[in-house]
Amino acid sequence: MEQQKHRIKVQGTGVQFACGENEFILEAMQRAGCGPIYHGCFGGGCGICKMRIVSGPYFIEKKMSRAHVTEREQEGGIVLVCCVKPRGNLTIARV
Amino acid sequence: MGFKGTLRPGLVQLRVLDLGKTLDFYKNVLGLNEVCRTGDGRVCLKGYDEFDHHSLTLRLADEAGLDYVAFKVGCPDELERMKQDVEAFGYPVDTVEAESDQPGFGKRYGFTISTGHRFEIYSEVKLAEQGPMIKNPDIWTTPPRGMRAQRMDHFLLYGPNIAEAERFCREVFGMFVPEVCNTPDGNRLAAWITGSNKPHDLAFVEYPKPGKIHHLGFYLQDWSDVGNAADLIAINHLKLDIGPTRHAITRGLSIYFWEPSGNRIEIYAGGYTAYPDNPQRVWDSDQLGRGLFYYSGEVIPSFLEIVT
Repeated sequence: MEQQKHRIKVQGTGVQFACGENEFILEAMQRAGCGPIYHGCFGGGCGICKMRIVSGPYFIEKKMSRAHVTEREQEGGIVLVCCVKPRGNLTIARV
Repeated sequence: MGFKGTLRPGLVQLRVLDLGKTLDFYKNVLGLNEVCRTGDGRVCLKGYDEFDHHSLTLRLADEAGLDYVAFKVGCPDELERMKQDVEAFGYPVDTVEAESDQPGFGKRYGFTISTGHRFEIYSEVKLAEQGPMIKNPDIWTTPPRGMRAQRMDHFLLYGPNIAEAERFCREVFGMFVPEVCNTPDGNRLAAWITGSNKPHDLAFVEYPKPGKIHHLGFYLQDWSDVGNAADLIAINHLKLDIGPTRHAITRGLSIYFWEPSGNRIEIYAGGYTAYPDNPQRVWDSDQLGRGLFYYSGEVIPSFLEIVT
């Protein structure tokens, strides 16, 4: 069965792309060729894909380096998008 | 013994975010052998062609990156002399007792250099149970796996005041500096440093944040093994940074990619033979693209900017 697709909007940029239920947000951004960030380690270690989830449900599947996302930041929706999968339509923003 | 100070970088302890997935990479993709586990859950590994007990320890942590690097010196007398030289250079030294946190290792002395990295020195370490053959030796005892990494080779460290770090490596470790890169105003941007015939045992890049690692390098036999490694990066969906390519600096054949916890790995083959009496090779910073990636001549932003 084809996985469910969610719509991800990047706030303030007009950019949007589709991301599968089982796809990391950074993978979908890269596949869609729509930045607006560098592609880094894809392992939660380098911190280059740090963004904020403005609204919508999501799931943090991989551990994110505490050097880049503090517990307090994580509570406020700050994530490394290489570690996060959508659970519905999302709006995200650069930090 | 031909070497004046350190023999080689012999041990690295890395932090990883996911021990299971990351260990699977080091064992089954890179091709290291698991030697043992410590009481606190760290995992000790070595390349199939390394004699000493282990060369890499993985520690599960909340951040990726480097705990410390350790250099082997020739004998206990040299270790004590070097400890005094470290103190005379101005770095306070602490002692890690033998057989404490690194199985098989003798006493280590530790200190922090100008770039914020913890360095250690040691002279005694047990030989591994499964090391290379020495009597009428075959090239290996069991077929190498995956990328067939023979041994840990070098690391590139990012931090402030690399001029002092370079001077430390020369004056205390007895190393020399085959190759450097300078900014237009004559300041050091990068230095490749060795205590052996390898073109680098370690390298530094000037960077404002202390204690960062750019990559840990492992040695492969030749260009065909670099190609094999590229296939394995693709097959295993590892994240490539750049390569396969050739460095003009060190002349190495290379690929950079990230392991599953986000530490950058280089697999490296070839490289020139370095001698301490050879003239130093000097790069201008505006030629660094060609120095790093000889074929394309261009630096990619991720390579310069991403460290753990």
